[in-house]
Formats: sequence, C-alpha cells, structure tokens
Amino acid sequence: MSEQVKVHGALAEFDGPQALMDAAGKMRKAGFSKWDTHSPFPIHGMDDAMGEKRSPLGWFVSAAAFTGFALALYFQYWTSAVDYPLIIAGKTYFSYMAFFPITFALTVLFSVLTTVGGMVVLIKHAFYHPVFYSNNFAKASDDGFFVSVMADDPKFDASATSDFLTSIGGTNVELLQEVEG
Amino acid sequence: MSATTSNASVRSTEPLVWGNPSFHDVTQTVSGIVEERKTPIWWWVAISISGALTLNFFAMMAYLFWTGIGVWGNNVPVGWGWPIVNFVFWVGIGHAGTLISAVLFLLRQKWRTSINRFAEAMTIFAVICALIFPGIHVGRIWVAYFMFPIPNQMAMWPNFRSALMWDVFAVGTYFTASFLFWYTGLVPDWATLRDRAQTKWRRLIYGVLAMGWRNGNKQWKHYELAYLLLAGISTPLVLSVHSVVSTDFATSMQFGWHTTIFPPYFVAGAIFSGFGMVMTLAILARIVYPPVKNYMTVTTLERMAKVIMLTGMMVGYAYITEFFMAYYSGNKYEQFVFVNRMFGPYAWAYWIMFSCNVIIPQIFWSKKMRTSIPVLFVASIFVNIGMWFERFVIVITMHRDFLPSSWGMFKPTIYDIGIFAGSFGLFFTLFLLFLRFVPMIAMSEIKGVLPQAQVKHHHGHDEGGA
Repeated sequence: MSEQVKVHGALAEFDGPQALMDAAGKMRKAGFSKWDTHSPFPIHGMDDAMGEKRSPLGWFVSAAAFTGFALALYFQYWTSAVDYPLIIAGKTYFSYMAFFPITFALTVLFSVLTTVGGMVVLIKHAFYHPVFYSNNFAKASDDGFFVSVMADDPKFDASATSDFLTSIGGTNVELLQEVEG
Repeated sequence: MSATTSNASVRSTEPLVWGNPSFHDVTQTVSGIVEERKTPIWWWVAISISGALTLNFFAMMAYLFWTGIGVWGNNVPVGWGWPIVNFVFWVGIGHAGTLISAVLFLLRQKWRTSINRFAEAMTIFAVICALIFPGIHVGRIWVAYFMFPIPNQMAMWPNFRSALMWDVFAVGTYFTASFLFWYTGLVPDWATLRDRAQTKWRRLIYGVLAMGWRNGNKQWKHYELAYLLLAGISTPLVLSVHSVVSTDFATSMQFGWHTTIFPPYFVAGAIFSGFGMVMTLAILARIVYPPVKNYMTVTTLERMAKVIMLTGMMVGYAYITEFFMAYYSGNKYEQFVFVNRMFGPYAWAYWIMFSCNVIIPQIFWSKKMRTSIPVLFVASIFVNIGMWFERFVIVITMHRDFLPSSWGMFKPTIYDIGIFAGSFGLFFTLFLLFLRFVPMIAMSEIKGVLPQAQVKHHHGHDEGGA
C-alpha cells in the first residue's frame, strides 16, 4: 500500500523536428547516455545530432547472405552428387549452373529473415517500456516530438533532469512512473 | 542514409501530398478509415460478392482434388492450360508491389510513398493466388510435399536442375520477402493505431503487431537500415522471380518457348501488369475513400501511367522481336508457331493481347489522357485483360505441336472458369480486409516527406535541406 512510486525516467515534449534536433544536440553535450528522441517519422540527421553510431545490421545480413549461399550450394551438391547421384538431362552430378537459381533464392531468403530478425533484436523489442507510463506519449506516433531519459542513466536525477529538459525548451515535462490504481 | 526523409532528389515543384496537411491530419485521414466504427455498406456488398466467389473457389478445388485434374480442359498437347496461365498472370501482378517499394525506393522516387503500402499488399495477395495454382495443378495434392527437399522413405531428393523446382524456391522466397517488407513498413503505423485505440482489444492486437514500437531514434536508425537492406535485397529478387518463372517455358524443348528473350520479356510484362492492377485498385480506393485523393494524387497516377506506357512498349518490342527471330531463324517449326499465333484459330486472343498491351497504352503520350481518371481506369482494365491473354497465348497456342494428328483446340470447362473467377474472389476478399483493418497509406513515410518534416543539419554538411 505504502510502496514508494519508482521513477523510471523523464519525458519532455518539443515543438517539432527542428526543435527536437536542437534539443538532441544539447542533450548530447550535457553528457547523457541512456536517452532517446521520439518522433513520428525518422528525422534525417538525427543520428549525427545524437552522436549515434551506424546500425551494425548490415554485417549480420552479410554474414547471413554468405551462409545462405554456401549452404544452398552445398545442399544441392550433397543431394545431387553424394547422397543420391543421378544423371539428369546429361548434366554432371554437380551442375552448379543449374543450381544457381535456388542458391540465389536461398541467399535472399536468409538475408531477409536476418534483416527483420536482426532489426527486432536491435530495436530492443519490448511490449512494456517506461515511456508508455506517460499519457502524453501516445502523440509520439502521431505528431509529438519527445526526448526521454531513463533513470539508469548515471547523470539522471529526477528534479535536476526535469529542470534541464525545461531549460532546453521542453514542455509537458513529466517523470515516468507507474500510475497508481 | 535516411532516404525516406532526404529531399535531395525532389526535382518537381509540385507537392507530393495535396491540401498541405499537418502531421496530425495525415494520422487522422489514414487511421480514420480503419477506425470508422460503422463498416460502410459498399464494403459489405463487395465482400459478399468476393466472398461468394472465394467459397466457390474452395468448393471447386475440393471437387478437383476428389475427381482429378480431368475436370479441367487440360489435355495433350495443351498440358498446362489455364492453371499455369493464371499462375503466371498472378505472379506478374505481384511484381508491382516490390518494384514500387524496393526499386523506386532505391531510385529515390518519393512519389512511391503514397502507393507503396497499397501495392505491397496487392503483391502479397496476388502471390497467394499465384501459389495456389501450381499447387493444385499437380493434381495429387497429397504429394505436393515432393516439391520440398524433405527426407522421405524413398531416399529421393527433388531435382534441383528443374525449372519447376526453381519456381518453388523463387516464388516462395518472393512471398516471404514481400511479406516481411510489408510488415516492416507497417510497424510504425501499427504503433499509431495502438496509441489511438479506444478499446482494450484493439490496443492489444495492434500493440502486439507493433512489437512495442516506441518511435525512438535508437529504433529508427535500425529500422531505416533494415528498410534499406530489404529494398536492396528485394531489387534483384523482383527481377529474378519472373525470370525464373519464364524459365519454366524457356528451358523446355518447345518451339515458341525455347528462347533467351523470355526472362527480360516476362519481367517487363510483369511490371506492366502489376502497375495496371495497382492503377485499377488505386482508382477504386479513391472513389470509395475520397480523402485519399490528396495522397494518391492525379500526379502519382500520371507517373504510373508513364511506367505503364514504357513497359507496354518493352513488351511490344518483345512481341515483335520474337516474331522477327522466328522468321530469321529459318526454322520451319518456330515460324509455324508464330504464324499460328497471329493468324491461326487463336488469332483473336493474340490480337486482344497485342491491342491491349501495345496499342492502348499509346494513348498515354497525351497528358490529357494520363491525367483523366476515367481514361486511366479503363486503360488499366485493358492492361489486366491484355496481360492475361498474353499468358493465354503463350500457353494455349501449343495446341498445334509437332504431331499434326494430336492437334486440337483447348476448351475450358466450368471448373477452369470457376477457379479463375474464384482466384479474383480471394484476391478481392483479402484486399477488402486490408482496406478495412490496415492503414492503406504509410503514415510515417508520408509524414517524412512533408515540407515541415525537413530540418537543417548540424554538422555543416548541408545536403540541400529545406
């Protein structure tokens, strides 16, 4: 009953894409690490403003593409030349040219599955997240622009961070905490 | 990197979206269609018709499985008949979606933003219809698993050198890739519907579909790269799928089919027919949902008309090349096939194909025609008809093969017609469900191309930002 309400972070709203971009620059300068900007569409240049590194997804997908290619070619070789060798249409057992369409298709299949699977992992997919404690946050997928700071950021302090968010132009500044009842 | 919001490529002075909407207007217009509490009457009428056709489709398939493929008009020498005509037709239709979402994305054609969701959905439904036909054409549906490399009691493997096996993998991969591309594009829009949901169930369903999306830039950066990668991977896929489908014909020892022109010719035809179908559906959507007129603008339709005209001419070039090569080859059998197509008993089909695909799109030289909705609608219907007849001509004119004693005419049965009509029923049923429950325009992408979404850059590398 008398449990203390846990603060998970802070959230502030900004005017538009430009204001959010400016705020992101200031957040970065202030040295926050566990924070994010939220916008209804990706804003070009925001990664630079936030100091975000490029997504590593491309490396995973390249690895998957090579794996798909090699596996597909090997599997067709093994079934057609090793496990059940059979001469068809006068072609050699390992007629790699005829195997190419399927090799290509499986390269693509491995790549797309890894792209989407990798994205789901990298976006830190979670149905519950502190930002959803805010009622105002529903606007982030409509026309709202937000900055959120998580409480596990070493620089986070409930009142100081809220003041800072106000000072860089944030409105509707609120603490992210579980709503009672 | 974020091509959806880069405006370096906008050359046209005309806005992509008419009526200068705010971000909220975009959300309201697009989500409003899905959230409308009362389902419109026309929707019930339309789905009753398409649903009835779909039920008939399943009933006729059940009869087919029970009785065998003798219920169709297929008979030697026309062994493939309508099922393969329909298969190639639907796969072809399915090409526009991925072309629009992937190829036009890489080419930074931002006008694609308003139609890509729509076209991708159409692609997925068309590929579903397409996949059914080779499946039921095997006749003994219970051994359809032979198509997959599954260890079995006979210790046999599929023949990976066969074009029909290539098809299984190419079309299967195409379906998976198109579906994932569509779904990835939908994630931010599912989140919008979740955040606007008024009831618990809506919030739960759309919330699960949105995968906890919270619009954070630390999510967007992975999302955007994933989207770019999917576009990059899908681009060669679009070109390869119909090439592989064409090898079903081209790798056979059959005059009229055994030609190297088939892959590019089929791909051009696929894009042509796909754009025709997107045009038909976009115009219908504009009629039933007038607010989308500001998104699927006349200018967008005009650009699609230009693609239709271009690909129509490529197809026409292929028809003429085929005919010339038959003459130039000096091969009597090859020549006979083409003379028989143009002047034989199926000449009517050939000339329907030729008029619809080559002659009718020529009206799009005129800007007046390209911007007239009724003209575009009628022309797009002709494109659909013409492309069905193209596949009809290719498959059915084999009715006169090497052995004159086996010559005959192909006669479709009621089951051929019912199953073909049923595939349209399934297609439209799925499409109506899509219109009712899924945002038909990519909201987050549209917002990204609005003028007020453009920002100045901090680090001095101004790429022509507004």
